Amino acid sequence: MSAERITPTELPEPRYEHGADDYVFVELSEEMSFDANFQAMAITQQIRERDIPGVDEICPANASYLLHFDPDEIAPTALVDELKQIAAETDLSEYEWDTRVIDVPVLYQDEWTHETLMRFRDNHQDPDATDLEYSARINGYETAQDFIDAHAGAPHMVTMVGFVPGLPWCFQMVPESRQIEVPKYVQPRTDTPSRAVGFGGAFTAIYPVQGAGGYQLYGRTPVEVLDVDQELADFEESMVLPNPGDILNFRQIDREEYDAIREGVEDGSYRYTMEEVAFSPEEFFADPDGYNERLVEVLY
Amino acid sequence: MIHVLDGGLSTTVQDDGRFGHYHIGMPPSGAMDQYSHAVANYLVGNDTGHATLEMTYKGCDLRFEEDTVIALAGATMAGELAGEPVPMWESVDVSAGDELSMQFATEGARTYLAVAGGVDVAPVMGSRSTYTLVGIGGHEGRPLEEGDTLAVGDADTGGLAGRRAPRNAIPSYDDSEPIRVVLGLCDYRLTDESREELCSEPWTVDADADRVGYRLNGVDIEFEPREQPFGAGTDPSNVVDLGYPVGSIQVSTLPIVLMRDAVTGGGYATVGTVVSSDRNLLGQRRTHEEVYFESVTVDEALDARQEEQALLEEVRESFA
Repeated sequence: MSAERITPTELPEPRYEHGADDYVFVELSEEMSFDANFQAMAITQQIRERDIPGVDEICPANASYLLHFDPDEIAPTALVDELKQIAAETDLSEYEWDTRVIDVPVLYQDEWTHETLMRFRDNHQDPDATDLEYSARINGYETAQDFIDAHAGAPHMVTMVGFVPGLPWCFQMVPESRQIEVPKYVQPRTDTPSRAVGFGGAFTAIYPVQGAGGYQLYGRTPVEVLDVDQELADFEESMVLPNPGDILNFRQIDREEYDAIREGVEDGSYRYTMEEVAFSPEEFFADPDGYNERLVEVLY
Repeated sequence: MIHVLDGGLSTTVQDDGRFGHYHIGMPPSGAMDQYSHAVANYLVGNDTGHATLEMTYKGCDLRFEEDTVIALAGATMAGELAGEPVPMWESVDVSAGDELSMQFATEGARTYLAVAGGVDVAPVMGSRSTYTLVGIGGHEGRPLEEGDTLAVGDADTGGLAGRRAPRNAIPSYDDSEPIRVVLGLCDYRLTDESREELCSEPWTVDADADRVGYRLNGVDIEFEPREQPFGAGTDPSNVVDLGYPVGSIQVSTLPIVLMRDAVTGGGYATVGTVVSSDRNLLGQRRTHEEVYFESVTVDEALDARQEEQALLEEVRESFA
């Protein structure tokens, strides 16, 4: 393992923006970085703990966060003042939070996303290659399998959940030199299979339900991220599995294992392989590869 | 109990919204026009947390199985109750067995039907609102269809009928009235010209406008060229994916105003937010009608909110 470190990024001054009378949007950086995301995570956790009267939505995002509030209970300017104070008091170097490491089996190059991506070749920058072949090439990997090995080779942090219920944006926990970056489709598709694993910008997404989408398609997971009827045991408390701050480990599986897991999901017996861990940004930055290895070890 | 004889074009159970779950991608849902939803509720002795039926463009046909009191507010929509015309913005008695038959909206897009005691479907995550994308809330998570039945909450209906909303509380749905917007969020991405045009050019409501978003047609919006930051994606309209406020204007080449069933976040630049009171009015704009945006300050947005609340309070007190 390389002894590569992640050098903390110096973040600009945050931008506090009013979304009319009842939202505040705070942009921590225009570009994606672990620092911006961990800052968003740490500050929104502090806001949650302070239980500020009138604040009813606290949404960390990749490099920003969003709050909804009742201006009758707290004035927009007073809220921004409080947020600035929280930011001043939040020091990432001594921050740690409890999160979960979750095993996410993926059948890469599956027949369903393959059928979909072939149907939409006209919407793509490289109609003669598959999405995986294209992504491998522009990221300097010789084969699609080399690219898969990289994608599944280190865990991903859920840096945001949204668009639709349960859709996680996942940012791979590797130094920037090893980050995959891929453009979205030139024209979005009108169709994507449910549980498709896709990639756009610097993020992996899992599509909870069938629908439109613009991310490059790599595979399909047999497990759910959204269970509206809450029939699976791991969805007892919430119909959505991934939460901001969770760590997902994409694991390449074959068709046989895919079918076996899918059977368990459908008959309601499937349990996620997941463990609670304490996450320390400092320790992760100091030795990402070693830290990731210890994180993933708890699962298997 | 209410029997649905015809669901109309799209009728859903809605209330004041499902809050606290935006961070997992769950939009608030709830009535697109919270003002008319509130007035309809006040007319029948409910509060704003009670669920009403939101009827879009063409109303539904219902049969009531018990005596009750109902009221219609919002888009002007002709209807008959037991063969007699039903007035809008007024509470009326319903006898067991009466049938209500609603027509097309002629002014505005959404009419709210309140019933004393509220439509009593099981709350999901603290709200009775319907969110059709994933099929939760309301009646089986979907618009009403022929053959559905709806329970009604308990209510004391004595003396409720005959309430009328004060004349000044009845809004006009004139599409030349500007929709007020606080510019900001990521509006630094726009060229000066596009930023100016957003609030000076006319926009028209696209046929695709729905509860998720109001897509608007008009001039092409342009962005300042830049070297895209890491993770943002390659198009100049792209930003690192962020949360979208309900009411925010999201832009690729044309604007989309996100409404109550909003997608909660994504990678297109947001350039401003419709003030909370005017989201209600925008929800009454019909396909092909015009929209003019007017740039206001946060203080002016707060004043607009206060004005709307004062009016609702006046309506409520006039029935006390």
